[in-house]
Amino acid sequence: MTKFEYSPAPESTAIVDIKSEYGLFINGKFVAPQGGKIFLTINPATEKALAKIGYASDSDVDKAVTAATEAFKKTWSKTSATERGKYLYRIARILQERAREFSVLESMDNGKPIKESRDVDIPLAAAHFFYHAGWADKLDFAGLGANPKPHGVVGQIIPWNFPLLMLAWKVAPALATGNTVVLKPAETTSLTALLFAEVCQQAGLPAGVVNIITGDGATGAYLVNHPGIQKIAFTGSTEVGKGIARALSGTNKALTLELGGKGANIVYDDAAIDEAVEGIVSGIFFNQGHVCCAGSRLLLQENIAEEVTEKLKRRMALIRVGDPLDKNTDLGAINSKAQLEKIQELTASGDVEGAERWSPECALPGVGFWFKPTIFSGVTQAHRIAREEIFGPVLSIITFRTPQEAIEKANNTPFGLSAGIWTDKGSKILWSAQRLKAGVIWANTFNKFDPASPFGGYKESGWGREGGRHGLAAYVKVAK
Amino acid sequence: MISDELVRDEASLKRFLRTLSPVDQVGVESRAASLATRSIKNASKNFAIDLAIRMVDLTTLEGADTPGKVRAICNKAVRPDPTDPTVPHVGAVCVYNDMAAIARQHLDSIGGQDVPVAAVSTAFPSGRASQEVKIRDTQDALDAGASEIDMVIDRGAFLAGRYGEVFDEIALIKSLCGEKAHLKVIFETGELVTYDNVRKVSYLAMLAGADFIKTSTGKVAPAATPPVVLVMLEAVRDFHMMTGKRIGVKPAGGIRTTKDAIKQLVLVNEIAGEEWLTPSLFRIGASALLNDLLMQRMKMRDGHYSSGNYVTLD
Amino acid sequence: MTRIDVLKSYKLFINGAFPRGESGRVYEVRDSQGKFLANPCQASRKDLREAVLAARTAQSGWVNSTAYLRGQILYRAAEMMQGRMSEFVDALVANEGKTSKAANDEVTEAIDTWVWYAGWCDKISTIAGSTNQVSGPYYNFTIPEAVGVVTIFADSKFTLLSLVSSIGAVISTGNSCIVIAAEKAPLTAITLAEVLGTSDLPAGVVNILTGKSAELVSWVGSHMDIDAVDVSGLSKKSEAEVRLAGADNLKRVHRFAEIKSPARILSFVESKTVWHPIGV
Repeated sequence: MTKFEYSPAPESTAIVDIKSEYGLFINGKFVAPQGGKIFLTINPATEKALAKIGYASDSDVDKAVTAATEAFKKTWSKTSATERGKYLYRIARILQERAREFSVLESMDNGKPIKESRDVDIPLAAAHFFYHAGWADKLDFAGLGANPKPHGVVGQIIPWNFPLLMLAWKVAPALATGNTVVLKPAETTSLTALLFAEVCQQAGLPAGVVNIITGDGATGAYLVNHPGIQKIAFTGSTEVGKGIARALSGTNKALTLELGGKGANIVYDDAAIDEAVEGIVSGIFFNQGHVCCAGSRLLLQENIAEEVTEKLKRRMALIRVGDPLDKNTDLGAINSKAQLEKIQELTASGDVEGAERWSPECALPGVGFWFKPTIFSGVTQAHRIAREEIFGPVLSIITFRTPQEAIEKANNTPFGLSAGIWTDKGSKILWSAQRLKAGVIWANTFNKFDPASPFGGYKESGWGREGGRHGLAAYVKVAK
Repeated sequence: MISDELVRDEASLKRFLRTLSPVDQVGVESRAASLATRSIKNASKNFAIDLAIRMVDLTTLEGADTPGKVRAICNKAVRPDPTDPTVPHVGAVCVYNDMAAIARQHLDSIGGQDVPVAAVSTAFPSGRASQEVKIRDTQDALDAGASEIDMVIDRGAFLAGRYGEVFDEIALIKSLCGEKAHLKVIFETGELVTYDNVRKVSYLAMLAGADFIKTSTGKVAPAATPPVVLVMLEAVRDFHMMTGKRIGVKPAGGIRTTKDAIKQLVLVNEIAGEEWLTPSLFRIGASALLNDLLMQRMKMRDGHYSSGNYVTLD
Repeated sequence: MTRIDVLKSYKLFINGAFPRGESGRVYEVRDSQGKFLANPCQASRKDLREAVLAARTAQSGWVNSTAYLRGQILYRAAEMMQGRMSEFVDALVANEGKTSKAANDEVTEAIDTWVWYAGWCDKISTIAGSTNQVSGPYYNFTIPEAVGVVTIFADSKFTLLSLVSSIGAVISTGNSCIVIAAEKAPLTAITLAEVLGTSDLPAGVVNILTGKSAELVSWVGSHMDIDAVDVSGLSKKSEAEVRLAGADNLKRVHRFAEIKSPARILSFVESKTVWHPIGV
């Protein structure tokens, strides 16, 4: 070796024990799906099948809802709030104990870098249970209204971008507030949810309180429309979210939605530039850009656009793309072939519409689904890549001249999930934060998450919040 | 762009330093922490250990220093592991100026002609002395054969905003060094406290003619923390973009283990770039570090952990 | 010789002005004895469009005014109503056949409801906001913010009281609104508009349309520049229609039973969470 290179540093997979086939988790037990239909879950970095997953038929969903209903009536609603909280504390602790196993499994099934599953997804998932555990017996003090009551059985549908973390965001508040759960993980990322089912068993959670049914969009649709469900919580695309809102428009089911975004990351000329560059990078390349709140539109003040773009390119050249299990990998695999094709289609539209594409030199593995970190400069509000959510490692750079123009451009979208502000001037942070139509605003930082911090969108980015005191409101009924 | 206009007087200097981008503490610390998770294994670890050995400024800066002690570290500098001739010599030996001549003579007598002697200067470590004393201090070191001068800045003047004074003093010492010696400028970042100050003083020193910018004396904690070094590496990187000149960086103080040293190399690699991964542009001021590097080197070679009994104590 | 009374023309209230409906249509309103009362305008979808435009334009100024100022303006509405109390009592007696006691009670309750919501303006973020103890060197807080433009289908149970309660709650946080008055009781709504028109409320913050709500339901549901809808005055069937069409831009749709309720305010705010590092 004549120069300083990083040798491969792969995390061992010995810690995970992937079964060849998984059943559904209904009423505290793993059961085979009726009719025995299965589907494969693959490792997107190798395209190799990891396991066979049971496909929940309508009657399996019925069984899960029945189990959840029975558990709500017979055990969970009779469990004191304090005891409910203690189950959640147990779950948090077991997740911490088995964190490495979960991290490796998540990276294998999802394609995300091990350093993210290890340092972000799994610790935050555990933190979510720990946080909500404490709320269970304090709901009367949460300011949600007098005498908050659980809905009963909630149906939860989660996406593939943060599989276990999104499970935690959904299951922890639902259980803390006294609901029982039927959860459907995303089709391409079922494994950590199924491992979580084992955690529920280890924690001694009463049977039927958490049920996990695996399947695809049709399974989710059946769950959404199931008459035994009192509340639906969905995280996923705006398109599907609107469909659920339509499907439930004539019902009394409560509904919360965490949907897409096209977050503006605004860098003013008085920003701490080096930290802003880091924020831009984590804003769009964290989790391969498979993040609904990604800072996918970079709004640069024109007088620093060149300097920042140069620094960004230099920084992007250091991004290590490849084996998700390598501890030095910064950008892992795209979660699925379908998602890769969507990214390819949208970026091709950027080329056609005249934006200038740039990616650093980097070798991509021969198998698996990969996309180089990419920026487009010369993007205007009219480009598709400035309007549509790409959900990949692709950044659109737009310039602005004044703070007013920055805000107008940032808000010029039907989405309203997140935004970033970079400036060293306090009053400008507050001025900008006040005007940005977004549910989460990161000033001089980006893509930070915490169970105590409410998360959710304005406009077409969703209904309701998850996390913090505000997130509890989604899971209780109060008179209004 | 950098021009003479910038440094014409204190007011121009102040104006220029005010144009520097601020540093966000949390951001820079989290960047440093994330780089600390880089995993360096196998061949890259072997490479990094030898590189780190070549970068060590093996240092003894004690009131209790004696000619014997200085000769001992000179021996260690030239042949860090007497049992293994493949171990490279260190970057330099760093001593007080009254020990510089002893060090130089001893190094020359044991085949260490290519190991430079660095002498600390300008009333190290506090910098609290008259300019006459600082000049004499430097001149003594140069006369004694030091080819590297590690001067301290006047932190009091910097914190009081007398940037012109700090600048002039660095320029003056640089003029004494001339072609004979490299000038390393020590900031004592633990006393400057903020990253904004670290960035400002880095530019101040580079503009005044520093060949190296150095974090600390080793007498004040915190010293060469990763985020401080990161900010200094950004400064030399950006200064190079502006002027085409490459200035070196020397963290000193608190780097005791191979792990610490490798973290520093990762910072160099990812912030300033691989051009800086050479002893002519990056040094590590340390004493205990060398033995840990040697023990890790043995572990990599032999496949089992070594013991302090197998590395020399000097 | 008996004097011929001067009758009032009841017009729409859009952007602080009282235009006739764009379509020129009116509908007849009779009192509880079947006697002719007035020909209020039957607002069209184009009147709705104008009202939404006015509401959108007015909203940014309204939300950026201080909560103290908004509180004073709501309080001013109470003052103005108090001054015209008898007019409202007479209207409720004549239009809706209420006893004068019942009418009097409703008007006083409506006035007090303005006062109640006036007091909420500068307190809602204290109640609904929070600072959040995140695990790291960050200051993190959540504040409620007006959702934007809200359409209110007014409840016909207590025409005046429901109207005041729904409007007061919605505008207290800085929303603007378009009220579709109860079809059978538009006159109190327009009289209220006259009160608002002479209070200090900026033009466009409250717009009031009269007419057939059934005709406007689908247009409200599908209008992409309406952010939220109070469907308390709609049937479950019409509510479903608003929800279905409203899914296109994910309108926030809410129904209320209680008159004075913070839930009426909190349903029409969004929570904004801001993160900032703590450092030197």
